[in-house]
Amino acid sequence: MQLALFIIFGALAVAGALNFLFQRHPINSALSLVVVMMSLAVLYWSLGAEFLAAAQVIVYSGAIMVLFVFVVMLLNAGEEERTKGSRAAYIAGIPGAVAIFCLLSFVFLTERKALGTVNLGGHLDHAVSNISELSSILFTKLLLPFEVTSILILVAILGAVVLARKEQ
Amino acid sequence: MTEAVPIAYYLILAAILFSVGVASFLIKRNIITVFMSIELMLNAVNLTFVAFAHMWHQVSGQIFVFFVMVVAAAEAAVGLAIIIAIFRTRQTLNIDQVNLMKL
Repeated sequence: MQLALFIIFGALAVAGALNFLFQRHPINSALSLVVVMMSLAVLYWSLGAEFLAAAQVIVYSGAIMVLFVFVVMLLNAGEEERTKGSRAAYIAGIPGAVAIFCLLSFVFLTERKALGTVNLGGHLDHAVSNISELSSILFTKLLLPFEVTSILILVAILGAVVLARKEQ
Repeated sequence: MTEAVPIAYYLILAAILFSVGVASFLIKRNIITVFMSIELMLNAVNLTFVAFAHMWHQVSGQIFVFFVMVVAAAEAAVGLAIIIAIFRTRQTLNIDQVNLMKL
């Protein structure tokens, strides 16, 4: 079950990411990014993070990607054209990304034994459920950071309004 | 009986997503897709956080992901407002033509 979930949704996430890379139109890229985020939500759930799975669907694919699609449609973004800069980026970018991937997967595969395995379901120490554990820490030990993030969101809203407003 | 998946597989999946994000960050010429590839990289890092949280049986990794999501939401709002402002002044979304701060 765990393996099947991982293979199906991992493959879906990789396919979505590659489609994101190769699509030329921003709307197609945005929609394939939604596929990646939804399959990541399933993977979070399989790792025992139920709250984060719900938050991933609501915040990322629900709010952030809708904002992106909204801006793409508002600015009427068309297909991007190939330029000199993009050819240089191809030459430098693909080997660079492959090098990063090789380095990371080498480290992960050599440490494979130490990392252990995943079993389905929540595996937190002395926890009733994932959400109750998360919220009890968030509202007691980490209350100040939690409140500071609400101020951050407020500042971000004000900044977005100021930046997107029409100049007089 | 469920087969166990090694944590390393989740981390390698995150590495794949991160490198695809890096590649599209460098290759894409549209400023909105460049911004979306940053979100893809953030998601890849979130996956490693959740995998390590599962590995250590601790909830702190999940709380970290929660804060990353909050900051990503704020960043998306401000970044898209900046993109709208850029489009309004320059009438373009191509990052090759947004080169005012280039030497």
